[in-house]
Amino acid sequence: MPSKMSNFFRNMSWRNYIVYIAFIFVFIFFSIYLSDAGFLTAGNLMSIARQTAMITIMAVAMTFVISTGEIDLSVGSTAALSAMTTALTLQAGMGIVAAVIVGLATGFIIGAINGLLVSKVLIPSFLVTLAMMEVGRGIAMWITGTAPVPILHDTYIFLFGSGDILGIPVLLIWTIIIAVIGFILLNKTPFGRQTLATGGNEKAALFTGIKTARIKLSVFIFTGTMAGLAGMLYAGRLEAGRYTFGQGDELSVITAVILGGTSLAGGVGSVIGTVIGSIMIGTINNGLILMGLDVSQQMIVLGIILILAVTFGKKSKST
Amino acid sequence: MSQIALQMKGINKAFSGVKVLKKVNFEVGKGETHALMGGNGAGKSTLMKILTGVYTLDSGEIIIDGKSVEINNPNDSNQAGVAMIFQEFSLIPKLTVAQNIYLNREPRTNLGFIDDSKMNAETQRLLDELDLHIKATDLVEDISVGYWQMTEIVKAISNNAKIVIMDEPTSTLSLKETEKLFDMIDNLRKKGITIIYISHRMDEIFKVCDRITILRDGENVITERLSELTMDDVVQHIIGGKLKRTFVWEPREVDYTKPPLLEVRNLQSGDKVKNVSFDLYRGEILGFAGLMGSGRSETVRALFGIDKIRQGTVCIDGKEIVVNNPMDAMKLGLALVPEDRREQGLILEHSVKENMILPILKKVSNKFFVQERKVSEVVKDYIQRLNIKTDNEDKIISLLSGGNQQKVVLSKWLANSPDILILDEPTSGVDIGAKSEILKVIRELADQGKSVIVISSEITELLAVSDRLIIYHQGTIANSIPRENLKAEEDVEIAIQNV
Ligand SMILES: Nc1ncnc2c1ncn2[C@@H]1O[C@H](COP(=O)(O)OP(=O)(O)OP(=O)(O)O)[C@@H](O)[C@H]1O
Ligand SMILES: [Mg+2]
Repeated sequence: MPSKMSNFFRNMSWRNYIVYIAFIFVFIFFSIYLSDAGFLTAGNLMSIARQTAMITIMAVAMTFVISTGEIDLSVGSTAALSAMTTALTLQAGMGIVAAVIVGLATGFIIGAINGLLVSKVLIPSFLVTLAMMEVGRGIAMWITGTAPVPILHDTYIFLFGSGDILGIPVLLIWTIIIAVIGFILLNKTPFGRQTLATGGNEKAALFTGIKTARIKLSVFIFTGTMAGLAGMLYAGRLEAGRYTFGQGDELSVITAVILGGTSLAGGVGSVIGTVIGSIMIGTINNGLILMGLDVSQQMIVLGIILILAVTFGKKSKST
Repeated sequence: MSQIALQMKGINKAFSGVKVLKKVNFEVGKGETHALMGGNGAGKSTLMKILTGVYTLDSGEIIIDGKSVEINNPNDSNQAGVAMIFQEFSLIPKLTVAQNIYLNREPRTNLGFIDDSKMNAETQRLLDELDLHIKATDLVEDISVGYWQMTEIVKAISNNAKIVIMDEPTSTLSLKETEKLFDMIDNLRKKGITIIYISHRMDEIFKVCDRITILRDGENVITERLSELTMDDVVQHIIGGKLKRTFVWEPREVDYTKPPLLEVRNLQSGDKVKNVSFDLYRGEILGFAGLMGSGRSETVRALFGIDKIRQGTVCIDGKEIVVNNPMDAMKLGLALVPEDRREQGLILEHSVKENMILPILKKVSNKFFVQERKVSEVVKDYIQRLNIKTDNEDKIISLLSGGNQQKVVLSKWLANSPDILILDEPTSGVDIGAKSEILKVIRELADQGKSVIVISSEITELLAVSDRLIIYHQGTIANSIPRENLKAEEDVEIAIQNV
């Protein structure tokens, strides 16, 4: 009889853990190679956490979308639009509560439109969200004629940007809250099971009485709303709303999710993996900057990582 | 048996440490039709997958036509003259029979173009030789599904296969088609083709096979001429003990004076269901008998909200109901175990546990969370009751043997304990021991006052559980016969054929 322990080892394949192993390697490499540049200082590690917060938050939600076998390319643009609407609400003097509601609602509405088009009109999510990526960014540019909107509200900036609570950056706190919610939602609730079932075999899920259309609508609303939150955090951190926020974030977010072991084909998802994946991307970006690479070179590295992640994360479907 | 076509000697195979085949010996004579039997998870498919190069053996030897061969991939196996007829058909519907048979190895003219006339002539010659009444130029989508499998077999033979493996070939065939297949097997035998025949159906094995090899838990039990064995012997060797006689009908009390639970009137759906009316009473087990394609599956699909109901009414407890999708149906207390388990019943990359609890998530959750303790209880219970062979409840379902996957689909819905349970071919691919267990569970449910509809192509099974049989004929109901008025299987067969 196989013992519990050997069962455990048998069930874990190295693929599931490659992201952790890779992360350790990357971290050690930068720690040694960039020790003079200050990679391993507390200040730099905190700044990695801050820089990564928005990606992580969107990636947690994206884990759900990809788990259902769909994709959301519009998160970066949604973040930009939410940052604008939030900043404008604050500028209009309507107060922080209104601003938060408006910011989240912006994301919610975009997510709901995506979700309805995918689940009810049955347009492939790739197309819907590709279009929404343009529309969202376009509106963000258009509402102020590309002008940035400064934020002067101190409480907002503290809660959604540069504040520290008990020495912990608020951005990190937001990240942890969303990651925990995402983890519980995916692993401990019926909704999580239904999400994975929808992505695993939509027909079987449907015949089991799962409202797959509603599940899909919900996960798009989740990414939309989380992209809204990410946009609000961008606005808080940089004390303004700018249409340029979140440009290219969809690539980082999707890479983080795939690195974390979530299957592009749907049906398999891991929130913890996603968090590690996105911290790894943040670490790599940070390391590359310290090494003196510029944005264009970072883009190249990120693209290559995505392809590697998809290649190694691919499961053979033969058995 | 003069010559030996295939010998597999001392085959060992383990999956991540779990031994699935233990020193298995398997020997088949030339031109023989050899049955390979055993309970679900005994290792039949694994042994054949080794022969066809899907898996490689850990140790052992394969000898074909006297020569030791190494089979590391499907190509090696083809080269050695072995072909497997797959359940999921690999034909392309929009191409003709001949085009499918010669796909990717079409005969060429001198100019290098495809030589259609030669291809069609060759194909037709083979079809005629095997007495198959289809034309080489027919589109595959136009011939009946029963012929698809035969086309696959012809394809294998035209590709010089000497050993043809059929894994549960009749599970998708009607009675008539099954007979056609048996005729074809006879013809193949005359041509000297060796056939390995895997099935859980006793009567078939005795009808078409010469010898039998039985495996139990990955080990040889016996290899013997079938003429030396009785059905009881075979059953005993498969399960390693005596079977309780659950295939015998036990009369049950159904109260037919109370109004029916489900009333279906003049139901029309798709082009298969033309005019179906029947009643289902509380605590009743109703068997649907009929030919493949007579509209039985389509009726229940419509009732469960998968297909649209074009006309007719459905009432539950006297109230007319509207069902637009499976969710509506489930709310009204219906459940359907679908025919095609891989496509419609399972999420293949998820675990046994996750699949099983999917319809009962609400029942095993409190307000917010899934309660693992409750989940485990339910799952353990069904693994034990239906004797599901799995290393543990977290095993990925696609790694279970075919029959065990079917048992998981069943438990999924049994656990949901619906008021009206509809089972479409519930025991297809399930071994004899589990079959009787499934029939027992069905009876238990009915005894609790639940109503059950059973569709099955196995008449023995229908006769064993049904309180009443409904005979389908081309989308309408030809007859409704109380079980006690039926003496033997022949009565049902006559009722099905002569309407
Ligand atoms: N790829 C795999 N990984 C792990 N276990 C496997 C794999 N393939 C098969 N098994 C296990 O090997 C055992 C034998 O499976 P196999 O499919 O050969 O059974 P079978 O005799 O064909 O049963 P059935 O009658 O249900 O089709 C089963 O317990 C199954 O779970
Ligand atoms: Mg099998």
